[in-house]
Amino acid sequence: MASLMKWLGEPASETQITHGGRLWLYLLAGLVMAFLLAPTIIVIPMSFSDSQYLEFPPRVWSLRWYDHYLGSPEWMQATFTSLKAGIFTMLVATPVGVMAAYGLFVSRMRIASLIFLILVMPIMVPVILVAIGVFYVYVQVSLVNSLLGLVLAHSILAIPLVVVVVSSALKSYDMNQEMAARSLGASRFRAFMVITLPQIRFSVITAALLSFLTSFDEVIVAMFVSGGENSTLTRNMFNALRDQIDPTIASISTIMIIVSTSLLVLAQVFGKSGDEP
Amino acid sequence: MSDLVLRSAGSLATQPNQTELKQDALRERFALFGLCSPALLLVLIIMVLPVGWLFWLSFLGEDGNFTLENYQRMVESKSYARIFRNTFEVSLLTTGICILIGYPLAYFLSQLPRRAANLCMITVLLPFWTSLLVRTYAWLVLLQRRGLINEWGMDIGLWDEPIKLVHNLTGTLIGMVHIMLPFLILPVYGSMKAIDRDYMKAAANLGASPAQAFWRVFFPLSLPGLFAGALIVFVLCLGFFVTPAVLGGGKVIMVSMRIATNIELFFNWGAASALGVVLLVLTLVILGIASRVLRFDQLLGGGHGS
Amino acid sequence: MSETTLTGGALPITIRDATKSYGAVFALDNVDLDVRSGEFMTLLGPSGSGKTTLLMVLAGFTRPDYGSVKFGEREIVRTPPHKRDVGMVFQNYALFPHMSVAANVAFPLKLRGVSKQEMVERTEQALETVQLAGYGERRIDQLSGGQRQRVALARAIVFEPRILLMDEPLSALDKKLREQMQIELRRLHDKLGMTTVYVTHDQREALTMSDRIAVINHGRVMQLGTPEEIYERPANRFVADFIGESTFLPVTVQQGVARFGDQSLKVAQMPEAGEDLLLMLRPERLQLITNDSEAADGEANRFEARVREMVYQGDSFLMYTVLENGTEISLRGMTRRDTVSTLPAIGDVIQLALHRDDTVLISAEEP
Repeated sequence: MASLMKWLGEPASETQITHGGRLWLYLLAGLVMAFLLAPTIIVIPMSFSDSQYLEFPPRVWSLRWYDHYLGSPEWMQATFTSLKAGIFTMLVATPVGVMAAYGLFVSRMRIASLIFLILVMPIMVPVILVAIGVFYVYVQVSLVNSLLGLVLAHSILAIPLVVVVVSSALKSYDMNQEMAARSLGASRFRAFMVITLPQIRFSVITAALLSFLTSFDEVIVAMFVSGGENSTLTRNMFNALRDQIDPTIASISTIMIIVSTSLLVLAQVFGKSGDEP
Repeated sequence: MSDLVLRSAGSLATQPNQTELKQDALRERFALFGLCSPALLLVLIIMVLPVGWLFWLSFLGEDGNFTLENYQRMVESKSYARIFRNTFEVSLLTTGICILIGYPLAYFLSQLPRRAANLCMITVLLPFWTSLLVRTYAWLVLLQRRGLINEWGMDIGLWDEPIKLVHNLTGTLIGMVHIMLPFLILPVYGSMKAIDRDYMKAAANLGASPAQAFWRVFFPLSLPGLFAGALIVFVLCLGFFVTPAVLGGGKVIMVSMRIATNIELFFNWGAASALGVVLLVLTLVILGIASRVLRFDQLLGGGHGS
Repeated sequence: MSETTLTGGALPITIRDATKSYGAVFALDNVDLDVRSGEFMTLLGPSGSGKTTLLMVLAGFTRPDYGSVKFGEREIVRTPPHKRDVGMVFQNYALFPHMSVAANVAFPLKLRGVSKQEMVERTEQALETVQLAGYGERRIDQLSGGQRQRVALARAIVFEPRILLMDEPLSALDKKLREQMQIELRRLHDKLGMTTVYVTHDQREALTMSDRIAVINHGRVMQLGTPEEIYERPANRFVADFIGESTFLPVTVQQGVARFGDQSLKVAQMPEAGEDLLLMLRPERLQLITNDSEAADGEANRFEARVREMVYQGDSFLMYTVLENGTEISLRGMTRRDTVSTLPAIGDVIQLALHRDDTVLISAEEP
């Protein structure tokens, strides 16, 4: 208790304000962090409830809703579609985005900033607009409800993220290293692959994971251009949400939370080993 | 001057290797442009072309002739006016609340030692990486009539009977603030971390009280980040769809939702496109004004730096 | 063979008409320059003078608008950097942080398909040459600044390039280490014998290390010569100003006699008449005339000045004085018992002497 009082009286920053004088800030920050974290945390135990109504804490624990999810061919197919779309989007957007970011960074062309602007456009244009525009075009070329169409549309949503993340990594990278490699006898391509890429790998991996999540979590475009056997998980969840609160969704949500958390951890682990050896 | 004339005259005559070097330079440019072209082509074909098409459609009537009726309807109809007002209200409120609770958290994080800051940052990053739909669903569950918040509220005696927290503006705002907060906190945190702590020492040394040092020195220096964050939040809110659709219960209608209904229920491409065009133009105008004040990459750099 | 030596012989470099413009600004303006085989040539100039651009043209990272660059007989102006076979040391070393010291040094050998056995040997030799034997397994971030500098050097010479380029390689080191490395680099150059082009903005560094110096400004070579020529006989005002500390006195020529005001000057070389000239005064060439001084002989020019300020600098002192016409000139002397004991006080009027052999007259016109 005494040590607490002492701590409150200690200066907390350069301006000599005490921790005591800042208590309100700590309280507010704690509340906001709880607000940010709570909903995702609480869904997890709720998904193990046996009840039709979601309870916290559950009175009877069960895997009932997981059984329901895993036993449903529809949900399984949707999950599979989402995974496929996510992986393909990642495989398209990452190399294409990295190439573009590198090309823009190296060339000092005056149109480089215009190209950058066009490439990041998809995150500024309201998604609904992209969705109905793509839907309209896909109808003409029969790409509606196809995996290819979905992957292409998700790729353009992911490309801006890749370009932004990789560009900022290149900005803090010492390009002299690539020049050194070239002066020592490496072609530009080889210098990029052997010297530059390993050093921006954290950003490239982050960009790839973000691409996957962009597709995996995307709702609106999927609502319009995916369907039938290529319905995505999020599309089915969204439709289910509009009707009633189906506890199955809690179990799916839990799985999705685990997926994105592990991706975040993955990104952090790669980042630490890459940036601060 | 005469030097300059001589020089330009000289460049007419071929200097050693002039043509070849020019060709090499062009070739290199072309190769670098080639690196950008797959991404550029994808975005042009999958996004710019369709959106351009919508623009065209917005000027077509049901009979396929050129008309302004889609825009006229928007000006005349009260329901459209309400939707736009709704959209702006929700976006402004969300942005305001995000600033009020996000700025202090970012400040708190920026003052922590590195390790503690990284740990607390997880509370910001985890929701950022979690599906928007999942988070919206979680709020739906928490806020419903027999949900956790209502039960706890009654348990500790804050209110006697279940209050309506969802399927209305309150629920929409709670959900949207939750989703938008990381977009505000990350750029603000970034700009706060960039402030040299010696400024604060200097301010204190010159006789500023902690509050004066904060408001006169720290706060102005953090403004670019705050402005960037607020702008991202506001612009994203304008086009929001999923959260108001799920948590608004039909009471909060945003422009995006109306566009979707126009297509899904009425197959009215003209009306939907016109709404879309207005939404897009509004977004671009706001971004355009902002980019005059802010550097563009700063805007984008902040939003996704994890 | 215990150390890396050059087997292929050094190559001369011939630059003709090299020109690079950015809009209306000429980074290189029709530069002609010959670097002799095995020579240590320094490109010296202020920042933005074009010296780095010229080095980058040699390395292949900057493409000139036109011009010709030959290594020996081979025209290389269009050759991409990785096919030029020049060693290069960058300003901040540009070592690859994700590789060990040995892997950094072996990198160029690996690209050249050298056998594993030979690669290990030559890497170790190169590290020995830069006095880092046994450091191969270290990580780059475990090295000090000076050690990084040596690794960068080892990496640039391990594949025995016949030309070595260095872009301000010592600028990140502190003064003491820098001076030590200057001597060491020069020694290494003498041992390996490759043609070396060295960029710096530090005149002392250039004077210490070079066989010849090319002073560069506004993308043009202002003067090319040995360190002594550059210092003792600057070709124009820019070089005189940039190298060393100097003040200038306006000089006119009348009937074959150089005059400063109404004082006629005894000069070493009589310039051509009619020009506007400047007399260059270096602080260390001026002498303070005391009563018992032998400097006041007939071969010296004398100036009367008032002492304004004295600065003590350890090994030497600097005296700021003002001539009658208001020109400020400074004088440097060694701090020895005999000089310090006779120093005037501030405000005293003193006599300064400049020996005939120490006079340098240069054109007042900007080159």
